[in-house]
Order: sequence, then structure tokens, then C-alpha cells
Amino acid sequence: MKNKTDVAATALKAVTYIFLSVWALIVLFPFYWMILTSVKGYGAYSNEYIPKFFTLSPTLENYTTAFTAVPLLQYFLNTLIFTLLTTALMLAVIIPAAFAFARLEFRGKNLLFTLILSLMMIPNELVVITNFVTITNLDLRNTFTGLILPSVMSVFYVYLLKESFSQVPDELYYAAKVDGTSDFRYMYKVLLPICRPTVVTITVLKVIECWNSFVWPRLITDEKSYFLVSNGIQEIRENGFGRENIPAMMAAVVAISLPLIVLFLVFRKRIMEGVARGGMKG
Amino acid sequence: MKVTLENVTKKFPSRTKNSPDVIAVNKFDFEFPDGKLIALLGPSGCGKSTTLNLISGLLKATEGKVFFGDDDVTELAAEKRGVGLVFQNYALYPHLTVRQNILFPLQNLRGKDKMSKAEMNSKAEEIARLVQVDKLMERKPNELSGGQQQRVAIARALVKMPKVLLLDEPLSNLDARLRLQTREEIRRIQKETRITTVFVTHDQDEAMSISDMIVVMRDGVVQQTGLPQEVYDNPDNLFVAQFLGTPPISVFDGTVKDGSLYIGNDKVLDGVCADNANVTVGIRPEGYILKEDGALCCKLRTVEVMGRDISVVSSNDFAKSADIRSIISSENKVDTSKEYVRFNLRREKVFLFDKENGKRIRFCSEKGGVENNG
Amino acid sequence: MDKKSPKALLYLLPSLLFLGVFLVYPLIDVFVYSFEEGYNSASQTSFGTGLYNYSYVLHDPYFLQALKNTFILVIITVPLSTILSLVISLGLSSIKAVRNLFQTVYFLPYVTNTLAVGLVFMILFKPTAYSDGLVNLLINTFGGQSVDFISGPYWAKMFVLCFYTIWIVMPFKILILTSALASVNKDYYNAAKIDGTSKTRTFFRITLPMISPMIFYLVITGFIGAFKAYSDAVALFGTDLNTQGMNTIVGYVYDMLYGNSGGYPSYASAAAIILFAIVLTVTCINLIVSKKNVHY
Repeated sequence: MKNKTDVAATALKAVTYIFLSVWALIVLFPFYWMILTSVKGYGAYSNEYIPKFFTLSPTLENYTTAFTAVPLLQYFLNTLIFTLLTTALMLAVIIPAAFAFARLEFRGKNLLFTLILSLMMIPNELVVITNFVTITNLDLRNTFTGLILPSVMSVFYVYLLKESFSQVPDELYYAAKVDGTSDFRYMYKVLLPICRPTVVTITVLKVIECWNSFVWPRLITDEKSYFLVSNGIQEIRENGFGRENIPAMMAAVVAISLPLIVLFLVFRKRIMEGVARGGMKG
Repeated sequence: MKVTLENVTKKFPSRTKNSPDVIAVNKFDFEFPDGKLIALLGPSGCGKSTTLNLISGLLKATEGKVFFGDDDVTELAAEKRGVGLVFQNYALYPHLTVRQNILFPLQNLRGKDKMSKAEMNSKAEEIARLVQVDKLMERKPNELSGGQQQRVAIARALVKMPKVLLLDEPLSNLDARLRLQTREEIRRIQKETRITTVFVTHDQDEAMSISDMIVVMRDGVVQQTGLPQEVYDNPDNLFVAQFLGTPPISVFDGTVKDGSLYIGNDKVLDGVCADNANVTVGIRPEGYILKEDGALCCKLRTVEVMGRDISVVSSNDFAKSADIRSIISSENKVDTSKEYVRFNLRREKVFLFDKENGKRIRFCSEKGGVENNG
Repeated sequence: MDKKSPKALLYLLPSLLFLGVFLVYPLIDVFVYSFEEGYNSASQTSFGTGLYNYSYVLHDPYFLQALKNTFILVIITVPLSTILSLVISLGLSSIKAVRNLFQTVYFLPYVTNTLAVGLVFMILFKPTAYSDGLVNLLINTFGGQSVDFISGPYWAKMFVLCFYTIWIVMPFKILILTSALASVNKDYYNAAKIDGTSKTRTFFRITLPMISPMIFYLVITGFIGAFKAYSDAVALFGTDLNTQGMNTIVGYVYDMLYGNSGGYPSYASAAAIILFAIVLTVTCINLIVSKKNVHY
């Protein structure tokens, strides 16, 4: 009888592993396929009667094509500028706000905080329309200002940061006050270093969000010289390389995905914790 | 039903790669007698909870055997052993009412043990009455006080009439007043059900006051077993002597020389027929007799009056701790203006231990205590 | 305390400015737009207020198509992805070896660019010059007929869209559910085990109720997310979703705003508010249901 239950347990375990592996395969296969296709020659790929699962003559020519035939490098640069500026601006804006909510006393604090939190529920689609009209009327289409400004605020990160700031013991603040430290100095000399993990998490999540943003840039840019990678890849898809060149397209896809995957592997724990926290707090 | 652990050892693989396995329980060999309340007592990390889980079956012994009555249950899974377990944090299902919590184990029964709804309900109510939660049946756990949750947890463990009831630190989550009340309650429930009950505690007071028998553990090894009073009066080693009793036993460096016991230059006991050696001396607080020309001279620090008794706090250069607490009857008057206080000692409250390994060195004769002189 | 108020305001000012200009004002304005009839974005004039925009949108076949597509997508992907992620999370929490590796792999889609990886899915399903594509190859080996998933029949396109949507939303759900499962106190399982509770009963009577708040959270956010589907459709079928018959409500909003058929912020506003109303209703229904079923 003991053997019977043992066998059942082993079988269950085996099924579990097989099942999990199948899902891992489904997740990983597109990545494999995109890398594989990106190193297949254009001719080799187009002449396949049966798609090949490997290639014996990998080539980097597609990457050359991707970076020369279309302004992919320009897209990268644009995305980088957009991401860095937006993230930096966001931190500069939300850190003082979170500090004020966590530490300072003022009339109507709780009411204001609740109001701001309730803004989290407003779907982006509702406000994008007016923002589009505003930016267009201000003649800010095809400018970084127009791209960045509406993308700066993230209410959820104000909340996350405020929670983190609130956990720092009051004594530290009073100690700093006794030593004659100004609020601002306390904020960036004491609070920020202590809450570094949260700040890093927020930064990384915002970077990912910026890197992948598509809708707003699509609405606000129609000149290629201001395209971000998402719009760039869409442009490549629609107008291509003069002909439908799937391997070169995949090379561009790999190039676009790589920075994020590296970022993810470096900050894996932080990212997953941050996303899970977001889930818990809703 | 009696429970026997036969040379049971439990090893856990170490956390780091190259260090040896952690031995949580080492050659535990003891028979828990049928129908008694037994305490597993020891400081945290001594392996008492591991022992409890070895009995429950949640952990499997690395070596040795576990018997329930005469049945070898070593290989039996927890659910087949028929034990009731009360968790330290109660582990009441938060989404179920008290009634549903108590019914839960009964609803698991299959085959010939399966009960009808009415049977289950009457059973649950009977148990609820026993632990006095029968008025709370429709509440959820978070609407109960700590003590009430504890009772429900006991009810849930008892409802399927387990062969053995196991309680893991049952009182540690309660406040002081509830703790006293609940431990009496546990005693009463155990007496009424006559189920062999093992509970784990680090509080010697708790163990001494309600259990029929105590098992003192340290570092995975059983130090001493027996009736609470017996173990208190006759500790096998320094650890047991120090662990049991409040205020704690006072410990001195002493010397046995030619049949007498010396603490410093004070000759405190005669007729000690142990070998000449440096020893560790333990004296229970109630072993001191206040006497103007007493044998042991200590520096007086304070006197605390506690109603019936007086607690004299003094110090001695040869004591291992800063304070020596002695409990004397309040009929005695202590002159607090004096710098020193002198005591004679009650022979049966003085224990000698080996300086090296802490093992008890027993007196071989009963006669000739200094107290007879006074 | 009051004299501190101005200083606190200084710290809050940047945030409030951004929120006011880009979140609060637009929110109010979108309602205004939606009731302004015949708004002309060039001359910024309108000739009246009323419900005409709503009525136009609700009679627009493109909108109705988008509505239908969105609803199908929601109804298929939300339950499927939730159940699948629950099963995967249960599997994950029952193993020890290579668990971390699996978790990392499963999370990958979360950090990828939806547009970019969507193209990979497109080529997996799309015929190449001399073959019907990889997925069709697979179908053929099992004796099936090739299907044109990218520009073929409606159900085939919908299948690809659902598949890709599920692929994209799984990481978040798996992550939330595995952490929910991990946070269930082990003592409950031990208590159940001592009582001889069967695996199925433990799952349905203990595990499921314990993680039910998180499941409902996932269902609610899942509905909201699926109703807002857009980028995944663009990735698979291109920006001209209307001709493909694969547009979503959000896609309709953007198409009304900008692009070949754009320049109608009033219609876009009306469509966005209809979407908002739908999402709000569904969320409220979800909350009511969860109040009844979530246990604590």
C-alpha cells in the first residue's frame, strides 16, 4: 500500500514537471524563433518549404540591414532619451510628493491623498483624447516635450513610495531635526538611501513602461525622426525594408527586446517583488 | 493510549553545504504513559517541537521507532495516526465559522467511519460544550478572543476522538491572565477526556503546574523525566536545576574538603561524603535560613516583601550571578541597616554538581547538616 | 501646523500640476467633448450639445464590430488565463527543484515589448513564400488543414489574438497567484493533513478560499485589462484594424482621434466613455460577486 501511494506521488510529480515544462516551452519558443530567424539568411528563409528549427549557417547580415535600411538606431536613441528623461522627471516630481504625504503635516492631507489615489482608477483612454488635443494645439507634436510631459505622472508609484517612506521610524526624522537638518536635506540624505530598494524598483518599472510605450507616441509623432522603438517596429512591419524581409525584421525585434531582457535578468528580484506588491495593494 | 519513542533521532540537512547535519532530536527514548498530561519542556531550539511533530507524523524520524500502544506507527503518515494537534497560532481556518471548523475533521471521514450530518453536529456540539465555546458556534475566528480561539482549536483537535492530543506552545499567544485560566482549562479537559496529551512549552511554571509528568530537553537530548515535583527536588544536572524553579536556583563555586562543603571560606555544610573536589553548588531560594551566626555570609542588597514571604536579595563573591535570591518566611525580620546577612542552609535544598560536566554529585549520607546546629 | 502648509504645498506642487493638467482636466474635458455635437478640431467650434456623438458611435458598424471583438476577447481570455495561471501556480508551488528557473522564464513575457514580440507570433502563424508557416506545419502533421491565421477567417484571427493575449497576461497572474499561495500559512495544511483531509478537499475548502481575494483581484484587473486590449491586435494585424475586422474599442477610439479616419475627438470621447461605462459596470458586478464569495 505504501508503494502504491509512492507510485502515485511520483507520477503526479512527473506530470507536474511535464506540464510546467510545456508551458516554459510555449513561453520560450517565440524567443527562440525570433533569434533563430534573425540569423537565417534572407534567401535561406524565403526558400524554406518547411520551416527549419535550426540553422547551420548563421549570419549577422540581418542586423546590418536592420540598422542601415531603416533608422533603427535613431529609434533607439529616441527611446533612450524619452525613457531617461521621463523617468528622471517622474522621480523628481513624485519623491517630494511622497515625502509630503508621508512626513509633513498639512490641512486636508488625508483627503488629498485619497483623491489622488482615486485617480488611479481613471483609464488612460479617457484622458488621452484631451491630451492629444492639448498637445496638438500647443504645437508640440513631434517634440520630446510633447512625448514626455503627459507620460511623467504615475499615481501608483506615489502611493508605493509613500508607503515605503512611512515605514522609516519617526525618530530618524526627529534626530535629523534636532541636528538642524532641513526637510529637503533629510529627504535626500536620509530617506532616499533608506528606501533605495523601493526607488530602484519604481525606476526599473517605469523604465520598462517607457521603453514599451506605444499608444501615446503613435498619436503624437508622425515623423520618423521622433519614433520610439515600438512605433519604429510598427513602421518596419508596415513599410518594411522595401520588400518583406522577415529575418531583418526579427533582427530588429531582437535588438529591441534585448535591453529589457538584460534589465530584467539584472533586476529580476526587484521587478518581480515590485509587480507582486502592486498586485497585493491593487 | 501510551506513546513510546524508541531511540528516535531526527536530523535536518544543514543549510550550508559543508557543515554537518543538524541533529534536532538525539536518541529520544521515553514512554508517554496512557491518559496522562505530559509536558515537553526546554528552552527554544531544544527540539521539543520537533519531538511533537515526530509524534504527530508531520515529520519522519531519521532513526528509531514510534509506537502508539503496541502499534509501530513510525512509517505511518500523519493522517493515519489519529492524532489531534493544536498549533501555536491555532491555525483556525479564517473563512469558516467555529462550527465549520470543528466539523471539518469529521467531514473528512470516509468509509465505515463516515457519519451522518446529525451525528456530526451533535458530536461537534458535545465537544464545543466541553471546551465551552458552544455559544460561539456561528462566529468566525477573527471575531473571537485569543483564549476562545485556543478553545476552538482544542475542540477541532478533539472532535474526532484522537488517540493522542498534541499541543504546541498552547499558551504562548495568550496574555498573562488568560494563560493561567487556560492552563487550568487544559488540565480540566484532559482529565475529563482522559486522552493522552503531550504539550510543548518553554515555560517551566506552566509545565510544573498542570502536567502529570515532565520531560526536560536541551539541545535535542532528554535531560530528565519524571513527576514535576520529583524533578524539581532531585535534578540530575545543573541545567535541569537551573531551568526549573522561580526565582531560579542560586549557583556558587564551592569546594568539598574532608567531608565539608565550603563556599569561599565559609563552611556551609558538614557531613558531605563526596570526594574532595571543586564543585558547583546550587541552592534553591527556599534553602536559606536566616540566622545571625549563619554559615554563609552574603552582602545584603535589598529586601522585597511579598506578603507571606520575604525575598532577600544579596550577593556573594563566589556566586555565579550578581544576585542571590532567597525566600524566607515573613516572620523573620531582616535588619536592613546591616551590611551583611548570614544564612544557614537546608541540606535537601543544596545540590552539588560536577564542575566540568554539570552532573549531579550526590551526598552519600543524610546526617550532620549544619542546620541542626542552629 | 498651518504655517507648515505652504511648505508642504511646495513639495506637492509639481505633482499636482502634472495631475491637474494631464489627468483631471482631460477627464472633465472628455465628457464635454462627448456631448459637443459637430466639433471641428480645426476651427475648434461646435454647433450644439446633445447625445448625437453617442448615437453616431453606437450605430457605427466599425464600433459594433470592435465591441463584439472586445467582448469575445474578454470572455475567452479572462477565464482561460485565470484558470491556467492557477494550475501553473499550483504546479509551481508543489515543486522545489528548478522552481526559480521556471518562475523566471514564466515572467519573461511581462518585460517584453508587446509590439515586437507580437511580430514573432505573426510570423509563427503567417504563411511564408513557400510554406504555410510553422503553426500550420504543426497542424498538418496532425492531419489538419492549413488555416490562414493572419488574414483568413474571423475565428482563426480571433484565435491568434486570444492566444497572444493570454501569453502576454500570464506572467502577472502567475506571479500574483504563486505569491498568494506562498503566503498561506503552512499550519493550515498541516492541520488539514493531521485530520486526513484529501488533496481535493484541501484545495477546495482551504487553498481556494484562502487565495480567493487574490483570484478576484486577478479577475477584476483581468477584465479591465482585456477590455482595453489594443496593442496586441496592432502587433498581429497592423494598424488598419477596421478593414481586418479585428478592431477593439480602444483601437476604435484611437482611430477616431488620429490617422486616416481620425480627426473626430467627439466620437472618440463618446466611445471612450462608453468603454469606461462598460468597464465600470463589469467591475461593479465583479465586486458584488466577490463580496458574496470572498471569505475574509
